[in-house]
Amino acid sequence: MCDMATTRGELGDKLSSLSLFADLSAAELESIAHIVDERRFADGERILRQGLTGSGFYIILAGEGIIRIDGKDYGKLGRGDFFGEISVLLGDPPVADIVAAQGLHCAIIPGPALEPFMVGHPQVMFRMLKSEARKLRMATSWRT
Amino acid sequence: MVVGSGPGGLQLSYSLTHLRVPHAVISADPAPGGMFRRWPFFQRLLSWTKPFAPFERGTRFYERYDWNSLIPDDDRHRAIQPRLMDGTSYFPSRIEMEQNIATFARETGIRVRYGCRWTGTTRDGEGFRLRTTAGDYRARVVVFAFGLAEPWKPEIPGIEHVPHYADTRAPETYAGKRVFIIGKEVSAFELANGFLPWARQIVLASPRPTQLSVVTNSLVGVRARYVQPFEDHILGGGVVIMNASIDEVSRSGELFRVKTTRSDGGGSLMFEADDVIATTGFQPPLGDLPELGVVSSGREKIPSQTPLFESISVRHVYFAGTATRGAAGLKKNGIPSSSGAVHGHRYNARILARHIARTYFGIDPARPTLKRDDVLDYLLSELSRAPELWHQKSYLARSLLMDAARGIVDDGIVPLQLFVDGEGPDGVAVAVEANPKAEIYPAVYVRKNNVVSEHLLPTNPLLDFETAEHRAQLTAALAPIL
Ligand SMILES: Cc1cc2nc3c(=O)[nH]c(=O)nc-3n(C[C@H](O)[C@H](O)[C@H](O)COP(=O)(O)OP(=O)(O)OC[C@H]3O[C@@H](n4cnc5c(N)ncnc54)[C@H](O)[C@@H]3O)c2cc1C
Repeated sequence: MCDMATTRGELGDKLSSLSLFADLSAAELESIAHIVDERRFADGERILRQGLTGSGFYIILAGEGIIRIDGKDYGKLGRGDFFGEISVLLGDPPVADIVAAQGLHCAIIPGPALEPFMVGHPQVMFRMLKSEARKLRMATSWRT
Repeated sequence: MVVGSGPGGLQLSYSLTHLRVPHAVISADPAPGGMFRRWPFFQRLLSWTKPFAPFERGTRFYERYDWNSLIPDDDRHRAIQPRLMDGTSYFPSRIEMEQNIATFARETGIRVRYGCRWTGTTRDGEGFRLRTTAGDYRARVVVFAFGLAEPWKPEIPGIEHVPHYADTRAPETYAGKRVFIIGKEVSAFELANGFLPWARQIVLASPRPTQLSVVTNSLVGVRARYVQPFEDHILGGGVVIMNASIDEVSRSGELFRVKTTRSDGGGSLMFEADDVIATTGFQPPLGDLPELGVVSSGREKIPSQTPLFESISVRHVYFAGTATRGAAGLKKNGIPSSSGAVHGHRYNARILARHIARTYFGIDPARPTLKRDDVLDYLLSELSRAPELWHQKSYLARSLLMDAARGIVDDGIVPLQLFVDGEGPDGVAVAVEANPKAEIYPAVYVRKNNVVSEHLLPTNPLLDFETAEHRAQLTAALAPIL
């Protein structure tokens, strides 16, 4: 029985300071704040699990997420970064663990809600796409 | 030390006593029952108990059909709720639920210091000192089963004029009135449903569209029991359900004015109403826990917890009851645990009791072993019938461990997250899972050399997971460890 607030100003403020949600109107931010969950993780806790289905989309509000593949660390994500979308969009389990550090605090969109969320907020989708493009460029520049 | 005498605190106390863990329970209430001594407001639960079910009352497997009884380890005290129901509904009335809890407490001899309020907390060496209205208590470990029943209202100009769900008056006093309900979740619909025979007009408004559990295919959303106002709305019966933010509530004399802005860009709308009620949710009565360092998250400020219900930021502070929603688990496919309701948190309490007994008191009853030839039958039977797995999908699991000395050990019911994220001997954990397509199916997690692999088994139209196909797939999944 969890009743949502009618205004979620606090979370809306946190989201508005992230580049993913830049230029959204206050009303749109508020409506997003109503859809997303929030969660704080213990340091060392896994958020995404390599090989396990059913995960979600995470946006880092504070703290860090360490990218770990087969037990080896490959870098970290920080405030404003997001993860989990590839696995949700492709329907495949994640290829890496994301492990919480420095008091990780995330906004979360459950996997099944991601598509309607993206379609409903094209500006956010566009910014996500730009970010994916940057990742792709980085990956190709490593190869060449 | 346990705070609270709702279903959460009482279940924990029972399970601790059964493990011979010395403890004290205090409660601000005068008698057992917790929130059910007052609510639900319209006097009937939304969690069911089927007096007649495929399994005999008083057996463990019957618990799957009885969401409301507390769970003893001894058959004599099982299934108290159906004994107290009068056959008019499979949702017990509030009073039947209160009696159910009080009967359990009485028959199992749970001792509580009633009328004793916890008022403050300080560290005391390795443990804590709890200030209460009956003097100080010192404890190495504290468990807060303090519920989630403190009314919460958002910051809207004029909200101070608006009573909360908790302050709703007797239904007949709304006769012929126009009632504006802020909120569109379960408690909003509970009130709207109850007001249908009384109010002249009912408006429900909040920014987020209504979700229905029968559409989300989970416990998320308004439960089927309270959907009637929604049907009234879509058939044009007069109930108004709006997606709008509430900008301001003002009051002049007996009249309320509510200013709203429609979420679909349709502009602002002003409502006049005789009564406004905020069904905007509850928070736990955290007291000074934030100052002690206990972190919470989200609007509801539920303390963030480890898979074993310990605060992630202050060691030796644990939670039981509905507060264990703060141990969110894997939330696979976005589906939350059932820890907010009795049928979920009663199992969490049993796991917590075992953890406390082992960690702080060195009490660790030997776990049974299993013959290799029995493993398949046992796991398939658990997947088909175990109440813990059916009530806490993707959250609790039956775990078997390969012990070098003892062979195959039944490690009992464990949080699934603990198994998949923890290190330990090779083993298997099985859980029941669901997806947004409303399919329910078994999931098998095999841990080999501390790497966990997931195997999702097929669903079955009769939810029978003991078919030849399930057996074959489970055999294949277990091959690396058996
Ligand atoms: C309106 C509403 C309807 C619900 N309907 C259902 C339902 O139908 N079925 C269902 O399973 N769940 C329902 N729930 C969820 C329900 O709250 C829980 O399942 C259950 O009551 C929680 O038990 P608990 O022991 O955690 O907390 P509670 O039942 O809330 O008990 C909390 C206890 O802590 C004590 N306490 C609090 N603060 C202090 C203090 N400072 N000092 C000492 N003692 C303190 C209280 O006195 C009380 O004894 C509903 C919740 C709400 C809000």
